[in-house]
Amino acid sequence: MMTEPLQLETGDFYSRHFEKGPREDTLILNMGPQHPSTHGVLRILLELDGEYILRAEPVLGYVHRMHEKMGEVKTCHQYLMNMGRVDYLHALAWNWAHVGAVEKMLGIEVPERAEYIRVITCELNRISSHLLWWGAYLLDLGAFTPILYAFDDREFILDLLQMVTGSRLTYTYNTFGGVVADLPGDFLDGSLAFAKRMRERLPMYKDLVTDNFILRGRVEDIGHIPLEMCVRYGATGPVVRGAGKPYDTRRAEPYSVYDRFDFEIPTSDRDDAFGRYQVRLAEIEQSLRIIEQAVTGIPAGDFLNPKAPKKIKLPVGETYYAVEGARGKIGVYLQGDGGPTPYRVRLRSPTYSNLSLFSEVAGGILLPDAVSILGSLDLVIPEIDR
Amino acid sequence: MNIDPQLTRILVALVAILLFVAANAIVLVYVERKVAGHVQRRPGPYEVGFHGILQPVADAVKLMGKQLVTPGDGDRVIFWIAPLLAFAPVALCLLPITFGPRTYAFDIDLGLVLILAFAGLNVLALCLAGWGSNNKWSLLGAARSVAQNVAYEIPLLVSVLSVALATGSLNLNTITLTQGTWPWQWNWLINPVAFGIYIICAVAETNRAPFDLPEGESELTAGFHTEYSGMGFGLFFMAEYANMLVVASVATVLFLGGWNGPGAPGWWWFLVKMYAVVFFIIMLRWTFPRVRFDQLLNLSWKWLIPLALANLLVVAFIVKL
Repeated sequence: MMTEPLQLETGDFYSRHFEKGPREDTLILNMGPQHPSTHGVLRILLELDGEYILRAEPVLGYVHRMHEKMGEVKTCHQYLMNMGRVDYLHALAWNWAHVGAVEKMLGIEVPERAEYIRVITCELNRISSHLLWWGAYLLDLGAFTPILYAFDDREFILDLLQMVTGSRLTYTYNTFGGVVADLPGDFLDGSLAFAKRMRERLPMYKDLVTDNFILRGRVEDIGHIPLEMCVRYGATGPVVRGAGKPYDTRRAEPYSVYDRFDFEIPTSDRDDAFGRYQVRLAEIEQSLRIIEQAVTGIPAGDFLNPKAPKKIKLPVGETYYAVEGARGKIGVYLQGDGGPTPYRVRLRSPTYSNLSLFSEVAGGILLPDAVSILGSLDLVIPEIDR
Repeated sequence: MNIDPQLTRILVALVAILLFVAANAIVLVYVERKVAGHVQRRPGPYEVGFHGILQPVADAVKLMGKQLVTPGDGDRVIFWIAPLLAFAPVALCLLPITFGPRTYAFDIDLGLVLILAFAGLNVLALCLAGWGSNNKWSLLGAARSVAQNVAYEIPLLVSVLSVALATGSLNLNTITLTQGTWPWQWNWLINPVAFGIYIICAVAETNRAPFDLPEGESELTAGFHTEYSGMGFGLFFMAEYANMLVVASVATVLFLGGWNGPGAPGWWWFLVKMYAVVFFIIMLRWTFPRVRFDQLLNLSWKWLIPLALANLLVVAFIVKL
């Protein structure tokens, strides 16, 4: 009797699928889920020839936490806590997207003061997210020091936001019809002081890091993502702005009071990693401008609409609300059936679209460049997996 | 029984050098962390002892207490030979170094050749470590280290050769004596191109940032020492500092006048200069991003090697005149 030789199957479903097909003298490599520069638990399957990447395929889902499903079994008030955990670096934008969707569906009015508070806190949070990206990106490129300078500045923002929201990372501050608490007395002065300090720090960032010739060699002409590709994959945020298109939800689909502020949408003509780098640093400056205008123009009044319903019950129908997060367009889709919980919740996370173009960009580049490109996309893995 | 006095001298010197290297590795770990801390606006180690002065001891105890794990399917022998091999040649490299007018292990005419020969062994250790680990990241790190060391050994040799040509000797004692008391009489100003090339190559040879590609933490997880735990890693770690010590000592002898110095010449001048070079290398690491691999090789093959050869020609002409 003939017995089949024992075939040991190695790897998992993804790697077996990835290894199929004719291969000649190439190396299959798992980058992640535990790898220093995938920022969490992203896993990328690579086919390498030497250090050149022939194919790359991201494997997602290692921190899938069923946020969308949770939205369908929880009431809107209960679900609010989840929002800060989707993207922990720009939690307030996710707060805002969910709150905005519910308000739009139920027609809840938001007092003007609350809108201003939301703008200030969201922009502060955006700066803190960009600062962390800046430090972590340079860490990916092998520069160990800048992240501590970035955290030095970020600390001020965290202190400010802690005064307002009570937490330092996963905020739950916006609520239906406004915000949960009014601003403490010295918050506005603190914001202005921070803006002043940050403006002094930005030239130092440029002198020490942006103008460094080794850094330029690592980011210039690396990872070209042309506008056409961004459109095809639905990439938003600094990725599409780095490709030269001034698309920003704050201007394209104005929400809240953003149409009252004078700010620019920074873009870059070079569609490489350096273009995206420059766009993010310029956005810090624009956010500072918005904060300064909002702090000087903030009106007195209610921070929470007193007529806002205490119990939220979504009517039959659907709605979609989008805000601009630090990484791109954040969208929340809600469908109600008249019950206490939404019938369907769908979250559009920007990094999911931004990452999906990676396998097209990664063909034929070097391994260190892949690290550089992944960093320039500013990935937050929990947001991709949701 | 007849014991060769020369052999006795070498044995005693080897023990002394090993002690010196071990002591320095411990001190340099502390210095590196303190320098890194101050560059990064934080105090560095602060908890263990006064200003964290006992931190290296705590680190060493921790490393020694760790389990030694050999990766499955790894080559056991090669895997554990590699860290020993990384550390062993360093002691030999320091043998012909002249620390002071009378402080040296032994005075041979081929001192420089001896150093260069044993300095090359370091790459073998990295190569074996990468191969024995049975890990793809380690293998990539090993491949990088071989290419990098081959590329940087040549300009290093040529720049050192130009100094040997100008001084007319491979004996480190003679080279030291040809340089005068004052800083402008030393080779770093007489032959600045060779000095620049040497420093760049020295950083690359010791695999320190911005040329730490075999390790390349953010790209290759930890490169060749990904799989090492406990003292296996500890030996690589010590070897890195010991190598730094060797390149700094050679730089001091060849380019910075050795133990020569204003006032009282002696081993203290040697140590001051050596630690200055070490400090410079440490500062480099905490200041610059890492270069990419092809950029590193391009720098060597397209710029440093032609420059070093041209410099050698110029030196040869000047010597002939």
